[in-house]
Amino acid sequence: MVVEIEPSKIETAFLLESLEKGIRVDGRGIYDYRTLQISCGPTHGLVEVQLGQTRILARVSCEVTRPFLDRPTEGIVQFNAELSSMAAPGFDSGGKSSPQEVAIARMLERVIRQSRAIDTEALCIIAGEKVWGVRIDIHFLDHGGNLVDAASIAAIAALKHFRRPDVTIDGEVAVIHDVKERNPVPLSIHHTPICVTFGFFGPGGLAVVDTNLLEEQTQVSSFTITLNSHREICALNKAGGIPLEPKQIQRCIQIALAKVDEINEKIQDALNAN
Amino acid sequence: MTDVRVVVPGDIIDTSISAEDGGEETTVLRLGPGLAQAGEEISASAAGVLHNKEETHQWWVVSNRRRYVAAEGEPVVGVVVGRHGEGYRVDIGSAQDALLPLLAFEGATRRNKPNLTIGAVVYARVVVANSVMDPEIECYNSNTGKSEGYGELTGGFMFKCSLGLARHLISAKAPVLNALGTQIPFETAVGVNGRVWINTESPETTVLVVNAIKNSEYLTAKQCRQMVKELLDKQ
Repeated sequence: MVVEIEPSKIETAFLLESLEKGIRVDGRGIYDYRTLQISCGPTHGLVEVQLGQTRILARVSCEVTRPFLDRPTEGIVQFNAELSSMAAPGFDSGGKSSPQEVAIARMLERVIRQSRAIDTEALCIIAGEKVWGVRIDIHFLDHGGNLVDAASIAAIAALKHFRRPDVTIDGEVAVIHDVKERNPVPLSIHHTPICVTFGFFGPGGLAVVDTNLLEEQTQVSSFTITLNSHREICALNKAGGIPLEPKQIQRCIQIALAKVDEINEKIQDALNAN
Repeated sequence: MTDVRVVVPGDIIDTSISAEDGGEETTVLRLGPGLAQAGEEISASAAGVLHNKEETHQWWVVSNRRRYVAAEGEPVVGVVVGRHGEGYRVDIGSAQDALLPLLAFEGATRRNKPNLTIGAVVYARVVVANSVMDPEIECYNSNTGKSEGYGELTGGFMFKCSLGLARHLISAKAPVLNALGTQIPFETAVGVNGRVWINTESPETTVLVVNAIKNSEYLTAKQCRQMVKELLDKQ
């Protein structure tokens, strides 16, 4: 049973009243991102991201599997999001995945796989026979709002940090080298898509960046823009809520561009530090 | 205290020393939160720092967590989540919602009682808390019939913090509240369930107070005063 506790009336009233004056409940400016901390390791493909109170652990693993029949030369990339009751008491651990988990996993799939950030053909070992199956597990350790942005940062950072065992092919025989025998190789990643989510409030549709949990529960609409470091839009997501004007979207994209550059730098720093 | 003893759940606690001090074999041990008796032995049921008072033979464990377990007599801040025949259901952050009887307010009668809406915030005291019943809270002192500061909280802002910080704030020694109090007038209601209500003149100062309290969790008294000063200067 998932029981999400609605925020109290004084919380929502205070939030809206202060937002009208341009103040956010955590003291940030309306276009400020929370403090972002990324730590990689100790093993390859393990990344922990802290975005304010939100904490996420991403784990990448791989195994050799058979490819899908209609895509014999493409590796399989799977995203799996898990919201446990460790993140927030309302979440239910175990059992079948909740709609929110599915929504986050689906969003990551769109952002990372469908934007062709990860080269699936490079994951092929023997066409039609053996390919690498890469699995990205996202564990939510603490829910402080804006799970999608944090999850996208964690997922792409973990994929960049990951190393798979090296393979040599001799005719029909593929040899997978042990990591002790030969240095494992990084995945081929073309670009780093990063999500920036905006929350909209009130009838005027005032936008704020990186909503915290209370803001997320109060907002009338949210809008996620995914950009990469080449300033290309990889995905847009807006499910329901108030309609937005083209001008508002343009403005959001401009802000997102600046944020993506900052986040990209942070990811690079974290990867270099390891 | 000279030596700090950290215990984890399952640790057997040797309480015999204090019993010897009393001299008599019939000394009564008083176990506080985080300790449980199993047969002849006393073991910890929570991770934290073990405390004891030699004179009264009291033992308890002080720990920091985020999930509230209701205990009798504690002040809590809760959110009304439902209403039924004889009372309100109030979320106090524990596993079960607490029950707040319709008449558990100062001066409430069958004809004249406060009407709380869903989402209202109340400051109340836990009166029933045990392992087999839902907790029950009240907004007045049933002995005197006075509200004693309990009741619905209107205006202002409520935020959540760890139970350790909430207990620290309520102990009146909290340096952050003292440092803030000398500079800014504000109202506060601290619930030991990790919810704190703050009200000031303007949203700006409320946000400042909230952030100062949240930041103060791992700071010493001196650092608290420094942090409050810096926040006020920034404004």
